[in-house]
Amino acid sequence: MNISRRGALKVAAFGAATAAGARKAEAREKKTAPPDATGMLYDATLCIGCKACVAACRDANDLELEKSSTLYDDPVDLSANTCNIIKLYDGGGDGEAQVSFVKQQCMHCIDPACAAACMMGSFQKRQNGIVTWKPERCIGCRYCQVACPFNIPKFEWDSPIPAMVKCQMCLAKAGTTEEGQLNEVGQPACTEVCPREAVIYGPYEELKAEALRRIAENPDRYEDHVYGLEEVGGTQVLYLTSKGVPFSKLGLPELGPEPVPALPVGLQHTIYKGFIAPIAVYGIVAGLVWRTRRKSDAAGEEVGA
Amino acid sequence: MKNGHGVPRPVGGPIMTPVMKLCLALAGITTLLLIYRFLVGLGPVTNMTDGHPWGLWIAFDVVTGTALACGGYAVALLIYVFNKGKYHPLIRSAILTSALGYTLGAIGVIIDLGRPWWTWKLPIFFWTWNLDSVQLEVALCIMLYTAVLWIEMAPVFMERWEQEDDKPRLQEFSRKWTPILMKAMPWLIALGIVLPTMHQSSLGSMILLAGPKLHPLWLTPWLPFFFLVSCIAMGYGMVVLETMWSRTVYSRYRETSVLSALSRAMVVVLLTWVGVRLFDVIASGKSAYLFNLDRFSILFWLEVLLFLAPAIILMLKPTRTDRDRGRLFMASGMMVTAGMLHRFTAYWFAYNPGDHWNLYFPSMFEIFVTVGLIAAEVAAFMYIIKKFPILTGRPSAALPT
Ligand code: SF4
Ligand code: SF4
Ligand code: SF4
Repeated sequence: MNISRRGALKVAAFGAATAAGARKAEAREKKTAPPDATGMLYDATLCIGCKACVAACRDANDLELEKSSTLYDDPVDLSANTCNIIKLYDGGGDGEAQVSFVKQQCMHCIDPACAAACMMGSFQKRQNGIVTWKPERCIGCRYCQVACPFNIPKFEWDSPIPAMVKCQMCLAKAGTTEEGQLNEVGQPACTEVCPREAVIYGPYEELKAEALRRIAENPDRYEDHVYGLEEVGGTQVLYLTSKGVPFSKLGLPELGPEPVPALPVGLQHTIYKGFIAPIAVYGIVAGLVWRTRRKSDAAGEEVGA
Repeated sequence: MKNGHGVPRPVGGPIMTPVMKLCLALAGITTLLLIYRFLVGLGPVTNMTDGHPWGLWIAFDVVTGTALACGGYAVALLIYVFNKGKYHPLIRSAILTSALGYTLGAIGVIIDLGRPWWTWKLPIFFWTWNLDSVQLEVALCIMLYTAVLWIEMAPVFMERWEQEDDKPRLQEFSRKWTPILMKAMPWLIALGIVLPTMHQSSLGSMILLAGPKLHPLWLTPWLPFFFLVSCIAMGYGMVVLETMWSRTVYSRYRETSVLSALSRAMVVVLLTWVGVRLFDVIASGKSAYLFNLDRFSILFWLEVLLFLAPAIILMLKPTRTDRDRGRLFMASGMMVTAGMLHRFTAYWFAYNPGDHWNLYFPSMFEIFVTVGLIAAEVAAFMYIIKKFPILTGRPSAALPT
């Protein structure tokens, strides 16, 4: 075969860079929560399912009611009109039946996949490590939805000028005071109204300590696992669950400690490190093109378009 | 060479053939549908949901469509990198097909975007660029490459405009710009090789961000490699199919020996794909997934089979000359199908947001829009090859029988 193997190898080098990226992808630095990070801790053992937080979230964010079948506001899942939902898990059976509520909203990941996806940084970790959405940077590609391991961002499918909707820890709505607090009471709407303090708001480190303290004090009451400490590199919203009701039953997916962006972003940054590989390949290819054209000029051939 | 079938000439003949009319009608209806889509939003007309936010338009029009349009890339690779200068009779039609295919992909993206009115910011507002976003690289690369393809085509249009004595402005413009473009051409051609290498592989990296929602058999750091290697096979396959098509439809006798001889290179490409695919699954300890007999394992084996079969066909009896075109046609069809399946699986079938989400299947509206876009592409192709010097080869009627 009369193939210029050297030329072929050079371009294959780019493919090889892809392959090399495969190994080094883990080298991506592990992210930690910013020093001013705040978050929420939801304790399923305390929640009575009153849904005061669901109503408060609607008010605070001007979201329409969702009436699926009855007169009442009864959303069945998170949607472009529901940033916060309380769901009921019923283990069924007699005697051993376990019933638990669970609250769902954005997890405010420490290494958020939605932000890694977003081309112009519409979704970004901003103040207090809260992930918020900027309308003027969003083109509606929905890559954030593909990326989010918790299926949190919701798209306004029925609107010609759709927004991406999710919990922004009430930041967008409430604005902040000078001290960097969320609003007048320094609370998001849902934690403010919770009558049982089943969901609380505070500095991330304190919430972590509090969650661990509760498990340590009441090992019979809780599963020995704080959801969000490890999952996908950590989330700023943490969960506790009753003994015997694993998180997977509450609709919280079983996820490893690896942040979702680690693989693709690590790969990308390895291949395109300093943009050296593409420029080198471009130089080589330009040389090859020049050589081919010079040769065919000499032969009186016209090569190319 | 100059007076042989190596010189491209316009096909000529009537423009408004029945096929053309059909294509224009489909494209026209699609335009009306799209007006409706922008008035009501995506929800009422598509089957996409928050669980399956990407549907046919991304999986086919963009991810698969641009790979099918890799003919220009594959031929340019063969000519310049593999130093096969004699394949140039094919390059014009290959680049035209690529330019049209990428334009279709770009239009597909705009249709699919929820908020396309901010897209203009993307190439300009560089200070907002999120360098972590694989999609950013894909988007910018595709924009740039589409432009490069049309600029590569420009001399072909100008060649014709130069002869239009009744349009002096166009004539003058062409006379002035042709030499400048020809000087810049090597640099453009090199871009035309580097850009697809970048974004076709990145299309593989892009879906890796679905992380746990992507089946482990496709969630592999080798996915960009598989996308890159398979787009070369797809591009080559499409050039073969297109050459044979113009031969049948326009009675253009075009030499396929050049392509036949190249089939051996494709054997290497295909076997590399299969080899690395199997090796990766085993080495990463995922072999248990291969024998689950669920839809994922079946899709995996189907992929491997579709990549392997054309390699075996071409290996057992290498195609050398024009006579072998039947076998080449079959193998090319398989290569194209294989690449399509691989992309559909990664972006659609192997994507599972959770079991409470229904499987996605496109709506009639989505399918019709895609068909309409393809019809528009075919119409544009037919028009351009009739008016401009694209196709090489003589009408086969003139062949000695
Ligand atoms: S839960 Fe989803 S939407 Fe929220 S920060 Fe994490 S990745 Fe983003
Ligand atoms: S839909 Fe908007 S917010 Fe989501 S990734 Fe695309 S541009 Fe970013
Ligand atoms: S923090 Fe605000 S937006 Fe988020 S769930 Fe609570 S009330 Fe809703």
